[in-house]
Amino acid sequence: MRLEVDDLKKVFGRPESLSDKPNMYCPGCGHGLAHRLVAEAVDALGLKDRCIGVASVGCSVFADDYFDFDFVQAAHGRAPAVATGIKRSKPDSIVFTHQGDGDLASIGAAEMLHSANRGEMITVIFVNNAIYGMTGGQMAPTTLVGMKTSTSKLGRDPKVAGYPVRVCELLKDLEGVAYLERVAVNTPAHVIKAAKAVRKAFEVQDEGLGFSLVEILSQCPTGWGRLPKDAVDWVDDNMVPYYPLGVFRDVTAKEQK
Amino acid sequence: MPEDRVLMKGNEAIGEAAIRAGCTFYAGYPITPQNELTEYMSYHMPKAGRAFVQAESEVAAINMVYGAAATGARAMTSSSGPGISLKQEGVSYMCGAELPCFYANIVRGGPGLGNIAPAQSDYFQATRGGGHGDYRVIVLAPSTVQELFDITMLGFELADKYRNPAMILGDGILGQMREPIVLREPVEYDPGTKGAWSLGNSAGREKHMITSVRLAPGTLEKHNMKLFRKYKEIAEKEQRYELTAVDDAEVIIIAYGTSARVAKSAVAAARESGDIRLGIIRLITLWPYPADIIREYADKGARFLVVEMSLGQMYEDALLSVAGKTDVSLLAHTGGGLPAEEEIIETAKKVRASDGPVEVFPEAAE
Repeated sequence: MRLEVDDLKKVFGRPESLSDKPNMYCPGCGHGLAHRLVAEAVDALGLKDRCIGVASVGCSVFADDYFDFDFVQAAHGRAPAVATGIKRSKPDSIVFTHQGDGDLASIGAAEMLHSANRGEMITVIFVNNAIYGMTGGQMAPTTLVGMKTSTSKLGRDPKVAGYPVRVCELLKDLEGVAYLERVAVNTPAHVIKAAKAVRKAFEVQDEGLGFSLVEILSQCPTGWGRLPKDAVDWVDDNMVPYYPLGVFRDVTAKEQK
Repeated sequence: MPEDRVLMKGNEAIGEAAIRAGCTFYAGYPITPQNELTEYMSYHMPKAGRAFVQAESEVAAINMVYGAAATGARAMTSSSGPGISLKQEGVSYMCGAELPCFYANIVRGGPGLGNIAPAQSDYFQATRGGGHGDYRVIVLAPSTVQELFDITMLGFELADKYRNPAMILGDGILGQMREPIVLREPVEYDPGTKGAWSLGNSAGREKHMITSVRLAPGTLEKHNMKLFRKYKEIAEKEQRYELTAVDDAEVIIIAYGTSARVAKSAVAAARESGDIRLGIIRLITLWPYPADIIREYADKGARFLVVEMSLGQMYEDALLSVAGKTDVSLLAHTGGGLPAEEEIIETAKKVRASDGPVEVFPEAAE
């Protein structure tokens, strides 16, 4: 078979909203995948010129480098507050935060809960890898019971450290929340579902329906001390049973009923 | 009374001035004695088509201001001592990211929860930056309700001009006091060159990034030196003060805010009675500290008396300013205590009678 140049179609490439800077994530990490899904959604929905990202503190502290639209870097845990100030000042913008579990569920728990409760028209991309990666693998609010980290060397003991926080379950009954889903990025099938969830979250914001959050269970081979393949399996075997995947709240589904 | 004169509470005057200065975003959290300001904004900001958010905490409020300022908006928050301590995180980030904002500290007695009486004990926190890192904020010290109004409008201008936070260091009396004031006309807020860095509507231009993180070796030192040059320029150009009866004064008082107000009455009373010839340098900026004018009078051999509602905090800057050329005395109150007119006159007479500096504290007065 002979092909002409005109027959060649570009079927895959870097999303326009993703910058060409190499990211600093470890091999096998899920943060980069999460970024890609956001960039794809922003491009697909034509939101790039209106999009403003808020980077947080942790492994994704340089998220502002990885996108090709406006970005601001926030203090640890405060990304939803910063996003609130942006959105209220520029209501026509599309504002999202990219936060890890320590940032969102520990030091930023109040900002997360109250921005959700106020129904801020923002999207939170919450990457849950059950560990503080950037600072060297300390126990996170989402670290599983028995899981060993550098500050829970014998495994997380709930009598001392409490139980892992389930963020979606915590937010699902708040009236201000429009869309809430937990996904994973450890298998191709999960990534495809995650892409849909991220896109839905941005659509919900664009339609002005309220606060949207997508919790992305992510593997952290470095922080977990596992090979990338083992880490991917570990998500299914250990994280998904405690953090069930699925839609926790969707006001558009309610409207349809 | 002309029509544009109104009777206003200090806290409300700050709010009205902010709206007239073009402030489009306010976030606050309740704390006494600044509540009237948050209450005023909660009603008048939405009425003017601006954004008001009652934040979940002072930390959240200042970070909302960070976000709003990043879009080029004039943004503000306010609180009192304990809440201002919490806001230091956001203030440090805004200085690092070179974002302007305006905030008011209606100071109460500290440390800790302290009390809700007027105080000046947040002087160090205000004038030394307050949070972590090498930075400064512009600190303005009004002493009347009119000045709260005027200085709020000025504060937004200075913040924008230098891309740096500016603040009012007030106190519970100034916030709660009601006085007739003249309202200045609203300004047509011009974002000026903010479009070169602010966020939003990015079609057809390179992306904008606002950040305070600079990890690559040497980059933070370079950035901080840029900030330092800016602070030097502010220190040279923005020292503000008011002089009253200083030229023939036997003792020149240095004071700001409420203590300057009492001290001005003392100056008038002592001149009237012929007790002692007092004068006063009333500080309007606390950072930059009006060191040049103090140095000028120090060179002429003036003797100074610092009157403050904190235990010698502002005194240190006066001492630094005179650089050993003359003596500086201190009359200090703390924990909500106020200096009295007679007490100031008596202390000044002690200074006149003494060869060296005099220090008077509340215990000594008992």
